[in-house]
Amino acid sequence: MTSPDADAVPTSLRDDAANAATRGLGSGFMVTCQVGLGITLLLLWQGASGRLVDNFFISNPLDVGTRLMGWIADGSLFLHMWATIYATLMGFLVGSVGGLILGIWLGVSPFTSRLLNPYLNALNALPKVALAPLFVLWFGLGIESKIALAAVLVLFLVFLNTYAGVREVDQDLIDSARLMKATRAQVIAKVIIPSAMSWVFAGLKISVPYALIGAVLGEMIAANRGLGYLVQFSGSQFDSAGVFAVLIVIALLAVALNFLVEIVQHRMERWRIVGR
Amino acid sequence: MIDLRHVSKTFRKKEELVDAVRDISLTIAQKEIVAVIGPSGCGKSTLLNMIAGLYTPSSGSIAYKGAQVSDVNTDVGYMTQKDNLLPWRTVRDNIAFPLELAGVAKSERAERADQVIKHVGLDGFAHRYPHELSGGMRKRACLARMLLYGAETALLDEPFAALDAQLKLAMHDLLLKLATETGQTVVLVTHDLMEAVTLADRVVVCTRRPAMVALEQRIELKRPRDVLNVRFTNAFKELYDTLWERLRVEYHEERV
Ligand SMILES: Nc1ncnc2c1ncn2[C@@H]1O[C@H](COP(=O)(O)OP(=O)(O)OP(=O)(O)O)[C@@H](O)[C@H]1O
Ligand SMILES: [Mg+2]
Repeated sequence: MTSPDADAVPTSLRDDAANAATRGLGSGFMVTCQVGLGITLLLLWQGASGRLVDNFFISNPLDVGTRLMGWIADGSLFLHMWATIYATLMGFLVGSVGGLILGIWLGVSPFTSRLLNPYLNALNALPKVALAPLFVLWFGLGIESKIALAAVLVLFLVFLNTYAGVREVDQDLIDSARLMKATRAQVIAKVIIPSAMSWVFAGLKISVPYALIGAVLGEMIAANRGLGYLVQFSGSQFDSAGVFAVLIVIALLAVALNFLVEIVQHRMERWRIVGR
Repeated sequence: MIDLRHVSKTFRKKEELVDAVRDISLTIAQKEIVAVIGPSGCGKSTLLNMIAGLYTPSSGSIAYKGAQVSDVNTDVGYMTQKDNLLPWRTVRDNIAFPLELAGVAKSERAERADQVIKHVGLDGFAHRYPHELSGGMRKRACLARMLLYGAETALLDEPFAALDAQLKLAMHDLLLKLATETGQTVVLVTHDLMEAVTLADRVVVCTRRPAMVALEQRIELKRPRDVLNVRFTNAFKELYDTLWERLRVEYHEERV
């Protein structure tokens, strides 16, 4: 579990400070350097391939680019991308709703949470990826089994964080609400949930990349579409250019997801949902 | 109204036992204002917590209007020593919280909250968050919230400790006025003997820990009281000196 104090809140502060520092040096200069480094690495890669290392192992940027262009031209890339994005988002949604409900429910029911404690610990210790064959049996080869795998990864992260957040709620705040005739439902809705919010958001934030991991892994194990399937398929054809092409797409997707999380977090902070 | 019979409270932490309150018997009448004073750490807050039903006495019993206090006592408004404002709510939303819980409509909530906000001198801070306020301002927000809850009994734990002398007087005046108006019963914990004598019908002096009743003193000063000038009267001075003499013994014993 991740404490919001250690993670969610200060990260943005650190980023702000870092941004300010680089901006002082002229961010245009930095971007030029970064692009220059990228081009140099690509040139080194192109140069090394076939001379220092066999093209079979590392391919080369030109072949990778050609492969990407080909997939874009016949539209197959977008089909696979969409399958992965859909599984990631649905998995995230299902997992976070499940984790939230479970976390709040167990957080406010000491008896049940103590009862289930050893079982939840065992489930949590289990590498969730090992459940993949089971999900294929249950949900078939289609997108549902990928959603399930992504959802399970997300569920435990969100659950643990929500649970910790609910247990952290200041008992004095609960008591003072109860003294003002708050019902149990009101205490949960108006004191416990808002108070646990920063923990919940920390959990949601760290679980986004895991949703992508779950979706891609699910596709690698058994599927006929998705980026995970594509990387697996290219590998089995000894097509290293294809493997590198998919890896680049997955990396871009991950970066885009992180960017989305940053934007949402920024919004939340403005609305004062996260933080104090 | 509030009946404490041989109430004791012992906290147990592993092997260690802490006697916080020992054998306190006290009867508080309706509409009475009782001030409790005693050395720091003697068990005053513990006593209020028991009246509010947050702690159960280790022995003895507490009755509120004839009924045993066994769960949280929602007939009391409790202003705790620590301010329990909800950090994610603005001052106004915090103060209006009891009305929101009771299902009062939003516009009426805002209107009534703004009224008490003015009473406690927080105008202009309605949209601030608790962490943007000073300690004394937070205390006043808590007071405003308690006033708006409008309970028949108010438990106040050092409500004015963080305020400057001027503001303290204004709050004393407000408290007395509202208590008379609404016929509230008030139990007030304080370290300020001047405050205790100014406000109360009766002052209860506690011994050092474990708290026992060392002295109960009726304060027969006429009402309504002028909170600023009452302290210059001879009757006030006599009462003050008697109480101070007894308190001095407690503080003195505390030190050795
Ligand atoms: N929840 C608790 N658990 C264990 N011990 C406690 C608890 N609450 C209070 N005590 C102990 O009981 C004693 C009395 O505490 P209490 O808070 O009632 O003092 P107080 O008279 O209000 O002091 P002050 O004037 O400084 O506020 C202290 O020794 C304290 O350590
Ligand atoms: Mg106290």
